[in-house]
Amino acid sequence: MNKALRRKIIVTAAAWAVALVIFFPILWMFFTGFKTEVDAVAVPPHIFFHPTVENYVAVQERADYLKFFWNSIVVSVGSTLLALAIAVPCAYAMAFFPTKRTKDTLVWMLSTKALPAVGVLVPIYLIFRDLGLLDTRTGLLIVYTLVNLPIVCWMLFSFFKEVPREVLEAGRMDGAQPRDELYHLLLPLSLPGIASTSLLAIILSWNEAFWSLNLTAANAAPLTAFIASFSSPEGLFWAKLSAASTMAIAPILIFGWMSQRQLVRGLTFGAVK
Amino acid sequence: METSASHIQPGAVPPVPLPVPGGRSVRTGPLKLPAIVLLLLWSVVPLAMTLWFSFQHYNLLNPGEERWVGFENYRFLVTDPGLGAAIGNTLLIVGSVLVITVCFGTLLAVLFDQDLFGRGVARVLMIAPFFVMPTVSALIWKNMLMHPANGVISFLLTSVGLEPIDWFSQAPLASIIIIVAWQWLPFAALILLTAIQALDPERKEAARMDGAGPFSMFFFIIIPHLARAISVVVMIETLFLLAVFAEIFVTTAGGPGLASTNLAFLIYRYALLEYDVGAASAGGVLAIVLANVVAAFLVRAIAKNIEA
Repeated sequence: MNKALRRKIIVTAAAWAVALVIFFPILWMFFTGFKTEVDAVAVPPHIFFHPTVENYVAVQERADYLKFFWNSIVVSVGSTLLALAIAVPCAYAMAFFPTKRTKDTLVWMLSTKALPAVGVLVPIYLIFRDLGLLDTRTGLLIVYTLVNLPIVCWMLFSFFKEVPREVLEAGRMDGAQPRDELYHLLLPLSLPGIASTSLLAIILSWNEAFWSLNLTAANAAPLTAFIASFSSPEGLFWAKLSAASTMAIAPILIFGWMSQRQLVRGLTFGAVK
Repeated sequence: METSASHIQPGAVPPVPLPVPGGRSVRTGPLKLPAIVLLLLWSVVPLAMTLWFSFQHYNLLNPGEERWVGFENYRFLVTDPGLGAAIGNTLLIVGSVLVITVCFGTLLAVLFDQDLFGRGVARVLMIAPFFVMPTVSALIWKNMLMHPANGVISFLLTSVGLEPIDWFSQAPLASIIIIVAWQWLPFAALILLTAIQALDPERKEAARMDGAGPFSMFFFIIIPHLARAISVVVMIETLFLLAVFAEIFVTTAGGPGLASTNLAFLIYRYALLEYDVGAASAGGVLAIVLANVVAAFLVRAIAKNIEA
């Protein structure tokens, strides 16, 4: 065996060992979701067991899982679409018609992300109470739109910047109006960028767990808050907790894996590409 | 004000292509306005209200008794033993998680930068915890892994002859740090890996030609190259780690006593468990100041990078 191959095998073993240790809690949760409650708490842990889907059925029948799943979808997809609608024109203007203040505007947008949610918990809670928005999907959707707006603007701006100007200029020579330019040239050209921006915004909203825990209850709770309701009856419902959790994280795990590289860009505001 | 071509000086290179045919210049103000106005409202209105409430006696249980009390809430805050504990715990969480994630994240990034079999799949497994919602991570760790009687960790400890640990009563803060570090390690690793892959292979090759071994390569080529990415990771993580909430909410609820109460949880307790709007707002002001100190550095680091 030559030296390079031996080295590659050692590195492979090390990397896979680390990856599996890090992934283990998720794997364990996945398996526990298919165990009976008795198997789930068994010591020593049962590695071989009769898989069952009874937990998945029970979570839906007893806790109306789909309602919370639907809340998560409405709130995360809705807030993402709304944020895109607000941010696309803004990013378009900043990317193609920059002024002296464009850079300051971008920096200011970033700085609003530094406002800790807990610092404005009281006013938002009181405003929501007075407007009747507590425990409504609309309320949470609005909060998530505003929370993600700076990141969405930033990412769109950076993707629009990469669209070659010549294409837009050629369009203008052919008499395209700004509106046509935006809808028929820019948006189709930057579709991959818009897609990854949307994915990031959906992931962030789906997993958000400060506002959802504080602003929603039985009606509008998304999955983050629903899962938290498993925290009280300790040790009794591990298999059902696992089944509910598996369903809650599966879509986002897949989205996340699809958009790893663009995530880096979005999460670091373009500082690392 | 936001017209494009109107203020271009003669002879200057226009920053934008010529306006649309017909000589009409493009007004971009209305395009930007909705986003800017909304963000302005979102960042200024609640902030002003928090500041205002922090000088009020205001308890939701006794409505109608609101009055101006000056710095009374701040005085209450600094004499509350909870504040010292909360700040200490907040800093411990931020500090420990940063050290763990940056150190191991760098090592992971170097490891996954190597040529190995099934790198894509291994990497996908490694970054997965970052996509798991905080309430799920916390409950999975609390129950199935860290449970003193039935958890996997206890099983592993007893099978090698050690005493099982009752994590959340004996070491509540450490337990939370472990959970949060597990969530953020993939973030650090992913960002640092992306940065390493941007390293010019010729520089590595040149260093190797000059006889650099793996260690000097790591310390003199890779670490300096990563300095900026590491500083970005540190600052972004700090902003999120200052605000850790859900993990505490579903595991220890801040206890036992104040052992795992951080600033975010303390403010939540004032606001929604004790209904003391004044004290919660004073705490909120403190949290905002703390976060903005960090953000000032973050903004400066990132602003350098914009090409506007």
